[in-house]
Amino acid sequence: MLETALDVQPIDLMAARLQMALSLGWHIIIACYGVGMPAITVLAEWRGHRTGDPNYALLARRWAKAMGVLFAVGAVSGTILSFEMGLLWPGMMGVYGEVLGLPFTLEGIAFFIEAIFLGIYLYAWDRLSPRVHLLTAIPVLVAGVASAFFVVAANAWMQQPTGFDVADGRVISVDPVAAMFNPATPAQTVHMILAAFMVAGFGMASVYAVSLLRGRRDRYHMLGFLIPFAVAAVVTPVQIGVGDWAAHFVADNQAVKLAAMEGIFETQRGAPLHIGGVVIDGEMRYAVEIPYGLSLLAHFDPNAEIIGLNEVPEDQRPPVNLVHLAFQVMVGAGFALLALSVWLAIVWKRQKALPRSAWFLRAASVSGVLAVLALEAGWIVTEVGRQPWIVYGVMRTSEAVNPAPGLVYGFVLVAVVYAILTVATVYVLRRLARDIPVPVAPQEADVSDYRIT
Amino acid sequence: MPLAEILLAAMWICLTAYALFGGADFGGGFWDLLAGRAKAGRPQRNLIEHSIGPIWEANHVWLIFVIVLAWTGMPSVFAAISSTLYIPLTLAALGIIARGSAFAFRKVSTELWQQRLFGATFAASSVLTPFFLGTVAGALASDRVPPGIAAGHPIWSWVNPTSMVSGLFAVGTTAYLAAVYLTQDAKRVGDPALVEAFRSRALVAGGVMGVLAVAELIVLSIDAPQLFRELTAGRALPFTIVSAAAGVASLVLMWRRSFLAVRLSAALAVTALLWGWGIGQYPEILPGATVDEVAATESVLSANLIAIVVAGILVIPSLWWLYAMFQRDQRPAETVPDK
Repeated sequence: MLETALDVQPIDLMAARLQMALSLGWHIIIACYGVGMPAITVLAEWRGHRTGDPNYALLARRWAKAMGVLFAVGAVSGTILSFEMGLLWPGMMGVYGEVLGLPFTLEGIAFFIEAIFLGIYLYAWDRLSPRVHLLTAIPVLVAGVASAFFVVAANAWMQQPTGFDVADGRVISVDPVAAMFNPATPAQTVHMILAAFMVAGFGMASVYAVSLLRGRRDRYHMLGFLIPFAVAAVVTPVQIGVGDWAAHFVADNQAVKLAAMEGIFETQRGAPLHIGGVVIDGEMRYAVEIPYGLSLLAHFDPNAEIIGLNEVPEDQRPPVNLVHLAFQVMVGAGFALLALSVWLAIVWKRQKALPRSAWFLRAASVSGVLAVLALEAGWIVTEVGRQPWIVYGVMRTSEAVNPAPGLVYGFVLVAVVYAILTVATVYVLRRLARDIPVPVAPQEADVSDYRIT
Repeated sequence: MPLAEILLAAMWICLTAYALFGGADFGGGFWDLLAGRAKAGRPQRNLIEHSIGPIWEANHVWLIFVIVLAWTGMPSVFAAISSTLYIPLTLAALGIIARGSAFAFRKVSTELWQQRLFGATFAASSVLTPFFLGTVAGALASDRVPPGIAAGHPIWSWVNPTSMVSGLFAVGTTAYLAAVYLTQDAKRVGDPALVEAFRSRALVAGGVMGVLAVAELIVLSIDAPQLFRELTAGRALPFTIVSAAAGVASLVLMWRRSFLAVRLSAALAVTALLWGWGIGQYPEILPGATVDEVAATESVLSANLIAIVVAGILVIPSLWWLYAMFQRDQRPAETVPDK
């Protein structure tokens, strides 16, 4: 049925990759809030009911309002991705669409449940008893995590394609469940879901850290900072462990990706860990080397063998510098966030208060950006590190791209739309954050009409 | 009935749901565009915003299901359609983005210039998106998407008589459905002036749809003779008759102010139209490619059908609760707040 792709212009291939990177990289941030924010909001709402403290209730309402905006933007930016799978990568979808279809069907269900119950949660706040209202959030939380799982499982299949047989360029037998639960799925999905809680938690906390820095140290702002920060801080050390698990998986199953992450060219035993540095002419330069570090980390053995990039022809290597840099950024940001979390934990245990240094709040107010940076960098490691393959070891990205002429103009148009969308989203969210809170009135209108004067 | 046909039917059910529910949301944007100046149009816009409010994000899932079931059930067909019709689909996708986010932004905006800006974006993209989706339908109906990746013409596959009329038809359908639904919504909130406004809009839109339907048939008879034969003399004839009869009945019912009944008859007219098209085209999905040739392997079809059954069990009661909660139990005072 399928003719192989004709001559694809290199610029069109690059445009398609950039368009996918842009729209996915954009959506992934919003999606993280979609997964993490409901949990944090419900936590505040639940504390509000338990303690009767109106500050919790007000926080929950305000977060719900922001959540409504973010979910709307997330819904549309996610819908576009399903279009783009076909618009940009018909070569992959035409052959393997059926193999990775199941997780997407299931994701559709999860998203449906999430949208329905979020609609109820947001717009029926005052029509339901507090108890029932809290209960309507449970499907939102479960479905949010589930949809993250399904989407990342589909991506994991592109890293470790399993569950199918091919003959004459056509898939002849498929085990959709095996494809969904491919070897890369466990580590990758857990890593992503935890990342979502970090992005949402640190991001929400950042907003209140700025307020605290500006001297608004009332209980409302303290709680607004502490609840999301605490959630993210608890997740961070776990995430670093899971990240180690994910890296071991890459070391065992995607040796070329690991070599790119670390800029290792020669296959060697006792390979060093490279910190910083840049690859020039097939050689890692200016890096701080930790002897035996990589072998030790990747295989728990200082003399373990690490496969180098030179083992594969040049046209089968990912762009080394980008992958290496992204990996450094992710790990660096992750540990910075860990340090921040530990700082607060120690001080809080001693004196039940925030650290006195303004540097803590300054750092906390950029923690949200840092978490997003780590997220994007990690995603670059995963996806760019997979190149030149779209389905690892099976199909090249250049074979999958739409050969129709003029993809580059589509990319330009999409880029303009996303630029405007970004400005508008940030503007609207900032406005929502700047509104001055008022005490919760007994006769509150529902959230959609909850105007803050 | 074999698995491929069942999956195809499930996909078509999702498409129908998207047309009926999502379509009405788009149509809301159409009337928002024509509601007039900020002050005069305020009551209409409030009603539209309120009716769309809690539901619209859920309606995207119908479209996502259509797409996902297409690539899962018939991967090569999905690849052929999306690669050839790259331009209208990209524009529709951007329209969906602009529409959804602008709608959400307007909801939380307080200043007039912001509401105007976001409102205009929402309304304009609500009209453009169904137009482009309609051109895609026209391209398929007139056999302009051959099998194979990017095998059809990037422009003429969707810039042609059938596509253009189908684009207009899609926009008209959304506007008509929205006007019909909004009339009953206006009645429920107890605003006689709004009821009259949307009733007359529904009547005009219904009349226009009648004209467009005749135009569509004329164009099909020239541009897509095979489908035309099926619709007017073949297997799809019963659907054509039901659609036309329900369309006429809707006009009468709207005239007689049976606002609840007209909801059903209008939905029936659209449903019969979509299924008539589907049945008329079956079993050829693309020119020269029948369902059997393009269907995915059995294991994939059965796994996804099981997933769809699970979806039905989980989603339908939830969706029912959502609709029920927002369709009843509304005191007029809180429904259209004076802002």
